[in-house]
Amino acid sequence: MSDAVTKQKEDLSRLNEDYATKYGFHDPVDYFDQGAKGLSHEVVEMISQKKKEPRWMADRRHEALDIFYEKPTPKWGNVDLLEEINYENIYYYLKPTGQSESWDDVPEYIKQTFDKLGIPQAEREFLGGVSAQYESEVVYHSMRKDLEEKGVVFLDMDSGLRERPDIVEKYFGTVIPSNDNKFAALNTSVWSGGSFIYVPPGVDVEIPLQAYFRINAENMGQFERTLIIADKGSRVHYIEGCTAPVYSTNSLHSAVVELIALDDAYIRYTTIQNWARNIYNLVTKRATAHRGATVEWVDGNIGSRLTMKYPCIQLVGEGAKGEILSVAFAGVDQHQDAGAKVIHAAPRTSSRITSKSISKDNGRASYRGLVKIHKNAEASKVSVECDALLIGTDARSDTYPTMEIDNDQVAIEHEARVSKVAEEQLFYLTSRGLNEDEARLLIVNGFMEPFTKELPMEYAVELNRLIELEMEGSIG
Amino acid sequence: MANGLFSFSDVHVEVEGKEVVRGASLTVNPGEIHAIMGPNGSGKSSLSHGLMGHPAYEITSGTVTLNGADLTEMEADERSRTGLFLAFQYPLAIPGVTVANFLRAALQAHRGPDADMSDFRSLVKGEMDALGIKHDFATRYVNDGFSGGEKKRLEILQMAVLGPRMAILDETDSGLDIDALKTVAEGINRFSGQDNGVLLVTHYQRLLNYVQPDFVHVMMDGRLVKSGGKELAVKLEEQGYEWIEAEVAEMAGAN
Repeated sequence: MSDAVTKQKEDLSRLNEDYATKYGFHDPVDYFDQGAKGLSHEVVEMISQKKKEPRWMADRRHEALDIFYEKPTPKWGNVDLLEEINYENIYYYLKPTGQSESWDDVPEYIKQTFDKLGIPQAEREFLGGVSAQYESEVVYHSMRKDLEEKGVVFLDMDSGLRERPDIVEKYFGTVIPSNDNKFAALNTSVWSGGSFIYVPPGVDVEIPLQAYFRINAENMGQFERTLIIADKGSRVHYIEGCTAPVYSTNSLHSAVVELIALDDAYIRYTTIQNWARNIYNLVTKRATAHRGATVEWVDGNIGSRLTMKYPCIQLVGEGAKGEILSVAFAGVDQHQDAGAKVIHAAPRTSSRITSKSISKDNGRASYRGLVKIHKNAEASKVSVECDALLIGTDARSDTYPTMEIDNDQVAIEHEARVSKVAEEQLFYLTSRGLNEDEARLLIVNGFMEPFTKELPMEYAVELNRLIELEMEGSIG
Repeated sequence: MANGLFSFSDVHVEVEGKEVVRGASLTVNPGEIHAIMGPNGSGKSSLSHGLMGHPAYEITSGTVTLNGADLTEMEADERSRTGLFLAFQYPLAIPGVTVANFLRAALQAHRGPDADMSDFRSLVKGEMDALGIKHDFATRYVNDGFSGGEKKRLEILQMAVLGPRMAILDETDSGLDIDALKTVAEGINRFSGQDNGVLLVTHYQRLLNYVQPDFVHVMMDGRLVKSGGKELAVKLEEQGYEWIEAEVAEMAGAN
């Protein structure tokens, strides 16, 4: 470790020592219960202390904060919207009692969506940020017992750090280091909640692990941190999110998700996120697939003001496979800048990217993709398919594919299509008795079918209903 | 005056400001099969589209009625729910939507949002069996990668499931091999009954070997210029359309 870093760590630990006298915060719990905005080393230290974390994690947080300060805001995605983020006006730690003051503070359109989706009241309050508690304890408990017998660890990330610090320290930040990008650095400095999963060698977790069954304020924070390790030859499917809109008074959501699939392991990670229209959703998701391993990202993005999210798979072992299947729906005033990255860094690796986007009204959906083939990745295969559907004359779709190919012994397919809901298709369906809205919805649902069919049934049904709500009153 | 099951009277259709149907009238009584024949570009397909309510094929004057209801101002979906059906010459692909979901959505639209659909599966299976369509057809995406024959069979299947009062079949015989043609013809014959009407729109007389029309009408230059029985179709097949063109020109001269 360099002297400079050592010095910095010493300073930081001193900062911890004289914290109380220097800043006069005798009771950190009170401080956070009252809520405080803004970002500083003091805030970072408080978060770590409050969580009673080991020192190495506190040090990681402080290092990451410095990186966050140094890193410029990305010059791509949507620069104008990114420039609007005021980091000093954000709470970096949630009160465990919830995000909104009361049910009355939750915007009407969110409540209406809950109504239309038929979400139970207890769950609505959680999703609206009013209640910190929504736990399907019965379901979760029976599942947890079964998992424990197999040695599977499935905890929220804070508990994971407390109960399995050995595993967390070994893997935390190894796939996405703090200096990867500004938002990864931000997340590392102030992370809270998220999921932690470890699957022992050879264990097949047959039922999908769903964060939904134990959602609480920690789990659904703005800076959640998720780490999943599938040990050799194991299999796991993790599902997070739900289709109801998640409302928060804080407008920045910046998660980091790291997946590690060791030799011959399999991980599928399914997300459907529907953020309220005020949210900036800036997420870094990356997986490492070792020899013979498979990683699949199934990623659905609805809502938010701006989403920037490019799930990545690094194929580092021979024969590793990666698949990224994503859908983005951009409605009024929304920008979905989503995409995928695959790095082929070993021979005989294969990947498939399927990206679908729907832009409606003045919504904008962008595909931003990177496929990199290293020199040693001979006999690898890549297939990229981007499909954009425009609804209305103001809708916009852009594609920014990048390919960096350093080995010519590879097979690459790339297809990109932009289509509109064609008048002839609409006439065909209306001539069968469907009204125009029903016809358009059927076409949109069909467009999304390659994605929806990969979801568990209840998610697929919810997603279709949600799209139906989003499509209501859309213009030709 | 409109009467019968289905009738249109002095219908004019415009596409992009150009008049393509210039006054066409016809009455179809329950149980009747009519055929409209005519050379390419005579306005047959435009008439079909206009009657079904395609937004780009505007009926600028004239009226269309079905079973006493005035369709003229209705949108396509209302015309369909009133009992009109159009089998397309070029059916559209709807990727990602299965035949079963499509048929269910269409039938639900006809019966109403709260209507009982518990008979849906048996209904569709029965009609598929009758048309010699394999059941796995129901899980394929509508017209996506279908052969010409499969597309036309799906049109007939839709007609059978929806059970319209009046079916217009636009060039249903085009692109079919002889076996597919026979299947499609059987489907039409099975559908045709005492309560409903059929209007075949076709360039060739081929389909009429298998479906016997009660009346044959000839369309030229946007008008129905001649009517007759089945023998008219045979004559057209043997002699082409030139003799009618000559006849029409003669009549125009006489006026």
